[in-house]
Amino acid sequence: MTERGSRGLSSAMIAIVRRDLLISLRTRGDILLPVLFFIVVVSLFPMSVTPVPELLQETGPGIIWVAALLATLLALDGIFRPDYDDGALEQLSLTPHPLSMMVLAKAIAHWLTTGLPLLLVSPLLGVLMQLPYSAIQILFWSLLLGTPALSLIGSVGVGLTVGIRKSGTLLSLLILPLYVPVLIFGTGAVHASIIGLPVTPHLMLLGAFSVFSLAVCPLASAIAIKISVS
Amino acid sequence: MNHPSHSESSDRSASRGSKWRWLHRFGSPAWMYGFSGRWAPRFAVVSAILFVIGLYQGLVIAPPDYQMGDSYRIIFIHVPSAWLSMFSYFVMAVAAAVGLVWRMKVADITARSIAPLGAIFTFCALVTGSLWGKPTWGTYWVWDARLTSELILLFLFIGYIALHDSFEDRRTGARASAVLAIVGVINLPIIHFSVEWWNTLHQGSTVTRLDGPTMDTSMLIPLLVMFVAFNFYFASVVLNRLRSRLLEHERKTNWVREVVHG
Repeated sequence: MTERGSRGLSSAMIAIVRRDLLISLRTRGDILLPVLFFIVVVSLFPMSVTPVPELLQETGPGIIWVAALLATLLALDGIFRPDYDDGALEQLSLTPHPLSMMVLAKAIAHWLTTGLPLLLVSPLLGVLMQLPYSAIQILFWSLLLGTPALSLIGSVGVGLTVGIRKSGTLLSLLILPLYVPVLIFGTGAVHASIIGLPVTPHLMLLGAFSVFSLAVCPLASAIAIKISVS
Repeated sequence: MNHPSHSESSDRSASRGSKWRWLHRFGSPAWMYGFSGRWAPRFAVVSAILFVIGLYQGLVIAPPDYQMGDSYRIIFIHVPSAWLSMFSYFVMAVAAAVGLVWRMKVADITARSIAPLGAIFTFCALVTGSLWGKPTWGTYWVWDARLTSELILLFLFIGYIALHDSFEDRRTGARASAVLAIVGVINLPIIHFSVEWWNTLHQGSTVTRLDGPTMDTSMLIPLLVMFVAFNFYFASVVLNRLRSRLLEHERKTNWVREVVHG
């Protein structure tokens, strides 16, 4: 690709990210609701299971990660659904730029509006679940490394289901099994830090999985959108 | 039954290179219908014979295990089911990918025909595994790495079927679910590896594995026979399902009318 072409690509991607961020900021619920959902779901567990600190510490990392997964899932449809409904997605697939990069830009915007807010409130939830300070730090890093993979894999699922009317439950059926590695490595890191085992292998695997998703998911998602739009 | 000739377009593409002629024929629904009709009963007969031999050897001739007694005999169902659950996911993903890339209708239909069978084998592997777990491990379910990844495999099969069938347009459904099958096949090793790793980290090897002592030939032979029997059964059922799906998909074409009306 010529220099001019690649500059055009990056400015197109920046334009998409900026547009999606603006839309999310103007409809405030887009950003706030998943975070509130995250907090409410996590705070239900001490009430339903037990408020004993030792037990919370044991189950806390898993609960926080599962809640983060569900909160991401809740906001996932917003990646492509509004654009599909008003025809913007079709226009996007007709631009001269590779659709996979456009999809990547949308996944980045989705992460900035859902993954990042979840990340920022996670220390608070760590405190609620009686996690030690070091474990809260690791929780933060694990979410930082893991949530991009959630947005990326999710973009494939939404791309596949965007043409179907009521796709909410179908989307969760398709996507949640694929989230298993993120869940395992993410909670594994926090657990390891609580019982004093080395944390880096978990975080490295988590990062590797995110990078792998970064390479594969935009391509798969672009193919999925082409199928759905046609 | 008269064997219908394949459609004109596939004839033309087949004549382009005679080296690939045999391959192109698989893309013709009419030819495939005849082919599967010829082979499905033969596979069924082979599998039935092998089932009788394998079950007789496994349930009657093979001696009881010195540790597990007779309960180990479920292995003759369990292991072939577990193998076929993974094998059929792989074959399904390959067929779906062929359908996606070369827009081959027969490949799409093959993938969809395999899916329910794969889900059933996965279910069988899980059920026989848990029934076997009760006498040997003392519990129906252990969050063992293999059990967990088999469970996730079941979810993937169900997700594939659900996605495939939720589109009004069949071709779109086939292509969308093909992408899912390919993503799943890339992810399966990662899921399996992560689950295995998670399990060893948390519980260690509390579960005694069967593959410790080498297996006696009197047990190994019926297992292998059953294994081959299951594979023939799989081929026969897939071809039969493919046949009925082909008829349904192609119900408006002339060759189906010829088949149905004489």
